[in-house]
Parts: sequence; structure tokens; C-alpha cells
Amino acid sequence: MNKDTVTKKLMFYFPKCECDKPIIYHLVKDHHLIVNIFRAKVTPEEEGYLVLDVTGTEAAIQGGIDFVKTFNVTVNYSGKGVIRDEERCSHCGYCVPYCPPRALKIEDSVTRKIAYNESECIECLACIRICPYGACTSAF
Amino acid sequence: MKTYEAINDRIESGKAVVLTADEIMDYVDKKGLQAAAEEVDVVTTATFGPMCSSGCFLNFGHSKPRIRMSEAWVADVLVYTGLAAVDVYLGCTQLRHGDPANMYPPGEFRYGGGHVIEDLVAGKTLQLFALSYGTDCYPLKEIRTYFTIQDLNQAIMVNPRNCYQNYNVAVNRSDHTIYTYMGRLEPHQKNANYCSAGQLSPLLNDPYYETIGVGTRVWLAGAQGHVYAEGTQHAGGVGRTPEGMPMGGAGTLALTGDMKAMRKEFVRGVSFPGYGVSLALGIGIPIPILNEEVLRRTCVRDRDILAPVVDYGSEYPQNTGNVIGHVNYEQLRTGRIEVEGRTVEVGSLSSYYKALEVAHLLADEIRRGDFRVAAPISPLKKDTKMKPLVKRESPR
Repeated sequence: MNKDTVTKKLMFYFPKCECDKPIIYHLVKDHHLIVNIFRAKVTPEEEGYLVLDVTGTEAAIQGGIDFVKTFNVTVNYSGKGVIRDEERCSHCGYCVPYCPPRALKIEDSVTRKIAYNESECIECLACIRICPYGACTSAF
Repeated sequence: MKTYEAINDRIESGKAVVLTADEIMDYVDKKGLQAAAEEVDVVTTATFGPMCSSGCFLNFGHSKPRIRMSEAWVADVLVYTGLAAVDVYLGCTQLRHGDPANMYPPGEFRYGGGHVIEDLVAGKTLQLFALSYGTDCYPLKEIRTYFTIQDLNQAIMVNPRNCYQNYNVAVNRSDHTIYTYMGRLEPHQKNANYCSAGQLSPLLNDPYYETIGVGTRVWLAGAQGHVYAEGTQHAGGVGRTPEGMPMGGAGTLALTGDMKAMRKEFVRGVSFPGYGVSLALGIGIPIPILNEEVLRRTCVRDRDILAPVVDYGSEYPQNTGNVIGHVNYEQLRTGRIEVEGRTVEVGSLSSYYKALEVAHLLADEIRRGDFRVAAPISPLKKDTKMKPLVKRESPR
């Protein structure tokens, strides 16, 4: 890997008609991207979602995204597979030990406000299962 | 020495000096106890967390023709109707009709009484369904209608037990994951959960109930409510540290307030997978600084308050009363504690962030002259212990 490589978190939305195409294969093979899939739900005859990290040069990533867009696939650049509702969060901190990558953590030791660092999230969905307030939900 | 009247005079004139329970320690360290006691009028305390013994009385008004409700559901959650015709009590841990509970454990418990109360306060439209056997004076046998809190004559929150003075730290010594009201606990003490606002918590700032008693005015989710009785399971006579800090649950408060005046951010339905539903509330209580001793007690810090570590895998469910040890809240707040020689990760069910918000909101209301302190009309007991339920084979 050369110094120019970057990693971006992306979310793809596949409408029903595009779920049978080997898109990821072509990202790796033709666009030379390193792909790390966090979570996917892509089933033939249903709509599908894919949250992944892609690593490569800016140009290669852009090429890959342009390729993906030639299909009927929507690319979401913020990779929001897990959505945290700031208003529903009570900042109790119950989620913190259950979040393996520490994407959810106590931001300030005085106010004990909880911060969610989206780029750290690996989409394990632990927070969705345990939050008593239902502050975290999944896009799919 | 100050009187309640003198403090209220200062509040009314907009000159009251009010600090929160997390600000007061440094202030007293700087000014000295005697000078600070003369200067400070009120210290605000607060807590925000799930409080299962909460609920509300609702009065629906009378339909045409009239009904004497004998069974009723609000948003499919059963309410208690063993009262006058259109009065009901809605409890926050009641499950929605048809909820499979723990039939396929751990159950999800997505909606129940606590969520109904949250929806009511948020002004949402809810369904009422009620049945009756019918009487000469109340002939209607069934009604289905839709209402908001504004349509009700009264929506009065009446909570038999809030504001536990101190609380357990829960761990699980068993070999499998357990689902409790203290959250999901991993086997072999892999994690721990606690539930107290610690140094901000009302009864930890007044450990011997010198100012908080029956009749004390409280900030209940934004409404001005009051303490109407000692809370259920109130046990002022638990073991204490030499400074008077209870080393376990101890005191509790029964609170009431008008739900129509509450704020939805401080009334939240909660779901605990595998356990059930409840209601999280934000509560603030002002402590009038009557003398140096009262002020000194509000200077308690997290490091001075000990919480018992209890095994919810076996000791708690079997009600053995055994405690693994004690840790202080300063240790708990670091996110790691030592239990039986190993480091355990810690989470909190009580929100210090929200409690702090409540303490500041209450302080602002007092400074503006909108919230007066009330002297208790009777004190809370300091010496009572909690009785167990004894299973007897025959009547005595």
C-alpha cells in the first residue's frame, strides 16, 4: 500500500433489480480496492444494503464509486448503517462498555456527555440491542 | 442559621444564591464553611434514571351515556380500574397487551406503561378502550376513543418509590449472560452496572433527611411536585459510613406532580431486554442551606460514597443479602473497578449528564424566583429497616 491510500466508509443501497450483480468483485478486481465489509444484507429479489470500508488511492476509490453508480445503486458517503438519535439518547453511558470499538464513549469527564464517533463504528449493532431508550437504530 | 421564610424571601426578591451540588464543594473549599453557609441559600440536587415504582392517575371525564370502567387499556396497556367510574392508575412497568414477555428469552419489551406516560407527556394522541358490566347509573358497557393529555381532567403522576438514596453495583458471577433491571450482565463478572447520580443525588446530599421530608417541594420532570410520603422500602436504618453515607439502598421518596406541567425530555419510557419496561425520570430537589451542618453535608463527593457490589447471578435473585464488597463512585466513574482482584468494565444506568441538566434548570428557576423551597411537614424515618416477605404454610 502506498502513502496515497485512504480509507472511506460507504453505504450502498441496492434496489431490488441490482442485487444479483457481483459489484464487490469488480471493486476489488478492476479498481484495486481493499474492501472490508462491516455489514451486508443483499438478497436476490429484495432490496439490499452494504456498509463497507474501501481502501485505495483517491482516484481508485472515485473510479470504484463511479463504477458502482453505473448500476442503480445509491452511494451514501457517510456510511450511516447505524443511526443515533441525539434527542432520544439520555447520556447514561450504559452502552459504553458494550461498544467494542469505543465509537460510543464519554466525551467529557465533567458533564459525562456521550459522543458517537461514526467513523469508529463497525456496525456490530450491540448498541441497538441494549439501549433502554431506543436511541440507536439500524438503517436496515 | 437561616429559616425557610428568610430563604424564600431571598428567592422572591430574585437575590437568592443558588449553586448545584457539583459546584458547592469547590465553593466551600474556597470560601470556608461559615462564610459559604451565610452566603448560599440553596444547593440543588438531581437525578435521572429508571424508577420502576412510578405511574399516574388519570381522570377521563364522563361519556354520554356514562360508563363505570371495570377493565381499561390505554394504548393497549392495561390500567387499574378498581377506583371511581372514570379514574384509572397507569403503572410504568405494565406490559402492552399481547407482549410475549420472556416467552422467547430475552424478550424485547418494546412498549409498556412507561412509554404510554412518555407519549402522554409528549402530547400524543392515544387510544382508550374500556369495558364495563353496566349499571343503572352507568349503562355503557364498552367505549373506544382517542385522547391527548389535554382532554383529561387530571393526569397526576404518583410514584410510590423514587430517588433511591444509594444503589447496588450489579455483576454476574454465573457462567451465562443474564438480563436484569440492571442491564445485561456478562458471565464471570465481565462487566458491572451502577445506577446513582452519586454526589448529585438528592438523598446523598441530605443523608439524615434534615431538609427533605414529607411536604418538600420537588422538581418532578419539570413540574413542581412534592414528596407525599416516605417511599416504599424506605430503610433509613441501613449501615452507614462514619460520615453518615448509607452503604446500600436506604432512603426513598414517594413523589407526586402534575403531568400536564412536565417536560418530555425528562419523562422517558425504557426497555430492558429480558427484563421489562420502566420509566426514566429527571428529578431535582433543592436543599435550603439552613445552617453550616446542612451545607457541609451537601459537599459530599463521589469518592466519599460507597456502593455495594452485588452478584445478580445468584445472591440477588436468591435474596441472600450477601455483598461482594464496596466501591466508591469516583472509581465507578472511571469506567473500571476492581472486583475480587480483577478489573471489571463499568457502565451506568443513571444519567449524570441529565441529572446535571436538571440541577441547573432547578437552580435557574430558584434564581428567577419561580421555585420556592417548602419546609417538610413531617420528617422521614432514620431508623427503619426493610422487612422481607415471609412464606408461611398456614395463617398464624
